[in-house]
Amino acid sequence: MPINNFREDEELVQSLNITIIKRLMSYLGPYMGPVIKTLLLMAVVIMVELSNPYLMKLGIDKYIAEGDWENLFLLGGIMILINVVAVVCSRLRMLIMGRVSNSILLTIRQQLYSHIQKLSFSFFDSRPAGKILARIIGDVNSLNDVFANSVTSLIPELVKIAAVVVIMMVMNYRLGLVALATLPFMLVTFFFISTVSRKRWQLHRKKSSNLNAFTHEDFSGIRVVQSLAAEQETSGVFLELCNEWKDSFVRAVRINDFFWPTVEMSWGVGTILVFWFGASMIGTGTITPGLLVAFSSYVSMFWQPIMNISNFYNQLVTNMAGAERIFEILDIEPDIKDRPDAKPLPEIKGDVSFRNVTFGYDEGQTVLNNVSFDVSAGQTIALVGSTGAGKSTVANLISRFYEITSGEVLIDGYNVNNVTLESLRSQIGVMPQDTFLFSGTIMENIRYGKLDATDEEVVEAAKAVSAHEFIMKFEKGYYTDVNERGTRLSAGQRQLIAFARALLANPRILILDEATASIDTHTERLVQQGIRRLLEGRTSFVIAHRLSTIRNADRIMVVEEGGIVESGTHEELIRLKGQYYNLYTSQFRFLNDEEEAG
Amino acid sequence: MKRLLKLTAKQWITYSIGFTALITAIVLDMYNPYYVGEIIDRVIMNGEMAYLRTALVALAVITIGRAVLGYVKEYMFDLSSSRVIVDLRKKLFDHIQKLSFAFFDKNNTGELMSRIKEDTENIMHAICYGISLLVEQIIYFGVAAVILFMINWKLALISLVTMPLIEYVVFRLERQAGRLYEKISDQRAELNMTAQENIAGVRVVKAFGREKYEILKFLKKNEENFRINYDLVKSMAKYNPLIEFLSNIVIVIVITAGGYLVIGEEMTLGTLVAFSNYIWMLIWPLRMMGWLVTIVAQCIASVKKINKLFDEEPDIKNSPEPKIPEKICGHVEFRDVCFDYDGVRVLKDINIDARPGSTIAIMGMTGAGKSSLMNLIGRYYDCSSGSVYFDGIDVKEMDLHTLRKNVAVVMQDTFLFSDTIEENIKFGAGEVSDEVFTAACRDAMVEEFVSQMPDGYQTVIGERGVGLSGGQKQRISIARALVRDAAVLLMDDSTSALDMETEYAIQKALERRKGFTCFIIAHRISAVKNADEILYFEDGRIVERGSHEELLSLRGRYYETYREQYRDYVDALEKEVV
Repeated sequence: MPINNFREDEELVQSLNITIIKRLMSYLGPYMGPVIKTLLLMAVVIMVELSNPYLMKLGIDKYIAEGDWENLFLLGGIMILINVVAVVCSRLRMLIMGRVSNSILLTIRQQLYSHIQKLSFSFFDSRPAGKILARIIGDVNSLNDVFANSVTSLIPELVKIAAVVVIMMVMNYRLGLVALATLPFMLVTFFFISTVSRKRWQLHRKKSSNLNAFTHEDFSGIRVVQSLAAEQETSGVFLELCNEWKDSFVRAVRINDFFWPTVEMSWGVGTILVFWFGASMIGTGTITPGLLVAFSSYVSMFWQPIMNISNFYNQLVTNMAGAERIFEILDIEPDIKDRPDAKPLPEIKGDVSFRNVTFGYDEGQTVLNNVSFDVSAGQTIALVGSTGAGKSTVANLISRFYEITSGEVLIDGYNVNNVTLESLRSQIGVMPQDTFLFSGTIMENIRYGKLDATDEEVVEAAKAVSAHEFIMKFEKGYYTDVNERGTRLSAGQRQLIAFARALLANPRILILDEATASIDTHTERLVQQGIRRLLEGRTSFVIAHRLSTIRNADRIMVVEEGGIVESGTHEELIRLKGQYYNLYTSQFRFLNDEEEAG
Repeated sequence: MKRLLKLTAKQWITYSIGFTALITAIVLDMYNPYYVGEIIDRVIMNGEMAYLRTALVALAVITIGRAVLGYVKEYMFDLSSSRVIVDLRKKLFDHIQKLSFAFFDKNNTGELMSRIKEDTENIMHAICYGISLLVEQIIYFGVAAVILFMINWKLALISLVTMPLIEYVVFRLERQAGRLYEKISDQRAELNMTAQENIAGVRVVKAFGREKYEILKFLKKNEENFRINYDLVKSMAKYNPLIEFLSNIVIVIVITAGGYLVIGEEMTLGTLVAFSNYIWMLIWPLRMMGWLVTIVAQCIASVKKINKLFDEEPDIKNSPEPKIPEKICGHVEFRDVCFDYDGVRVLKDINIDARPGSTIAIMGMTGAGKSSLMNLIGRYYDCSSGSVYFDGIDVKEMDLHTLRKNVAVVMQDTFLFSDTIEENIKFGAGEVSDEVFTAACRDAMVEEFVSQMPDGYQTVIGERGVGLSGGQKQRISIARALVRDAAVLLMDDSTSALDMETEYAIQKALERRKGFTCFIIAHRISAVKNADEILYFEDGRIVERGSHEELLSLRGRYYETYREQYRDYVDALEKEVV
């Protein structure tokens, strides 16, 4: 699995413009009622807008010229009246359409977010969090005006254009064709601009995403950055990424800014052509001067809406990159999901079996090779072995965080692949190596293990892991805010809270992946005493490097080179004089060798 | 705002090209109706065919001119505003990076990201489209007003009568939109934060099967986001049509008042017709006001948010007269140091004298203040009383950069960037020679596992070192500290995920290196026993101190830990003694 980082652009499968547009517009589907209402309201507003100049002309040419006071006032009254109607209509229109477009954004964002929740670790492992965030926030925001404008500008303007074209053709089809002569030029240019600029906008979005990824990493690792006094370097990287972002933007607008001049040219040349041909047609007597005058004003009426539509099209092209990035994620099938025939796992006892399990994170690389073992409910299993040997991997496979290549993982005889993920994971408590706490109170963090736990239950769990004492030392006790990742607590305290959280979930199977690595031996012993009662009858897997942590396990499994090389109780393994024996005695050797040397 | 103006002013060349293009285009635009009018009057109506060519050539020139100028204008504004934003972001980023740990303890990454990205983008929108549109509309409005006054000043005055009303409405809109945009900006930050935490904590979410809960949590924020944005729609729907109405009413005023003047024979009908033709030039800019003002309001809201960050003073600042020791030896001293955090006394009366080249080991219960002690050496926090000295200089008076360059830290939380292993190790160390790099990798036992990777040191690792085991990450962070060749090395529980053999090997390698002062926090006796002095912490105090042997003979906390970890061995030893 290639890992993407902040320096590297994401890869995207290019899809057709029209497919994306169709897919975008399909979000309008459920809102047909409001859309039609909006269009009707707009029709009223447009009618008023169109009649304003007409009525003004009427007032001047007729009533004022004739000194007709009465009708002039009447006209003024009517104008005020219809404009009041227009105010009401355009207000309603804005409300309705604003609701629709914001609802669609809500839907898309929620859809995207929910979908991301379903994706497996390999998705999260392969890209920086900042890039995922960029899609949920930035890319969705970029669609902000697309929906509203597609209804409020595209449809009415198209109607206007159609009407004007019909009028022009009826008046004089030859002159009409002349007026439209520059249209193909414009369309071809648009096509060219949008094809090129779309790629460039896509690149710009990627650069923006890179920047987001780096900012995210830098701010979340700020302690390391400062402690290494590396601010100048990170600042340099930031500037570099910022400049790439800017350059990609400038490259995109360099093409994109041709939109307006193209319309401008088409409009101008179109008008010139109409006068040119029109004048000669008057010369030959084909048309009257009056017709040409009227015609020339229709030419403007034709191009004005085209200008607006181009504006919308421009916006669409600019933001399509965002839509593309959203859809790309929505189209990722989670590799780990409930099988169609998956059944909920009934309440388990806690037997765990691996049958010939082979697994690798990347294709072609095996981390576990043909691993088999059986653990019966209630046992405590310790996994030991050198770093990177595959201990955490074994733990990850029990919860089905990754899909195994071959073999079977069974819990109480059920293949984990055949049960629903939720029923499986809710019965397994995991304390991952990287302790993660959410920003919020200590209470909320522990309660994450069991959402409906009472305060007493939370306190109970905290007491079991000896966390109660230090929690109560805080001014606000359990209501102390721990901030993002729990940065206000020491690493050991964080582990204790995560421990309490896992215990509160009341799982039948508990997996402790270096759960006590940052906890001092004294506290650890208290924790062990505290949880002994709680762990009774539960299966637990313990990964640890401190041998004092593991020697009481019912069974110790030594993981080495992708397989389990030894398995047995502490005493058995010591007698075996194999790897574990070496590991165990090495600590004394290490302890002594200095003394001997000294 | 001042800061923004300064940054904007820096791009004055491109901005002035943009404005020149903009103004020239408007001037050209004014000639357009003139030539069209001439064609209609002279060519079409009076058959002056000879004039047609001249007029059409003029129109062609105008068209081409406008197209070219339009392009120049847009491109220049895009260019300048994106440059301004790069500057602004850089400034903001550098400022945030300068803030101290205490700031980051209280502020979320998601929020900061939102400020540096979304808020700056809002500002960019304003200084690009906003400014050009504003200037354009002001010019149109000004020109129209002048023309109208020249045609008939009385009527012009009357037609401007709704102006104060429009201004009032615009003002109200600006105030409301400003408030809402501030809320939106905060809300967006919160959305960012929620999503950011979810993604960062995805392992916990999945481990507990809490996806649905997380989805609902996000839905709440998402809906709130919807509500605030809809509030904005509501206030725009309230004021914008009103602005349009008030500008359209100008027409009614013109024809009634104009009618009065014409009928009263104070003005000719022709003048009124001319007047009515230009009135649209006045009305359009007015109608744009609502839209413009929201862009401005959004920009101001974002500027406010960003300024709040800029106003944040780093607690830890370089002293006005930073001192640099003549020779850096790595002598660290704590004299009567106390440290309070969040109103709680974390460290009490700490006295330590770490001679250059010595090793100080620290043990103790979780939360006893061990990491806090470390944080005071590199001055990530300032102590509340007493002083920490580095080579005889109070760290508060020492040049911060020199201090931190000479204190290499391996933090408890191993944080790695999503980058190659090599980049991660060389991170922030400046130029690193191959020998130094190889030696560091060898001593930190990185070489051992990296050599087995197909891409070796060029292997890209995921954010926070995803893809590596906990022990591998720790080894890389140790190597990262070693390449810096600093006088003081701080290792904060940084071998906890290592198996004993590796830990031992690294320990040996560190001893071989020598020449630096070392502080080690660890929980395993094996990691601390060779230290020159072992400090046992409890509740922020040093309760036991001495060498391994001294502490063992004390039969206190340290001994207890030792017994626990080496039970069999101790038992055997004691049996022997018996």
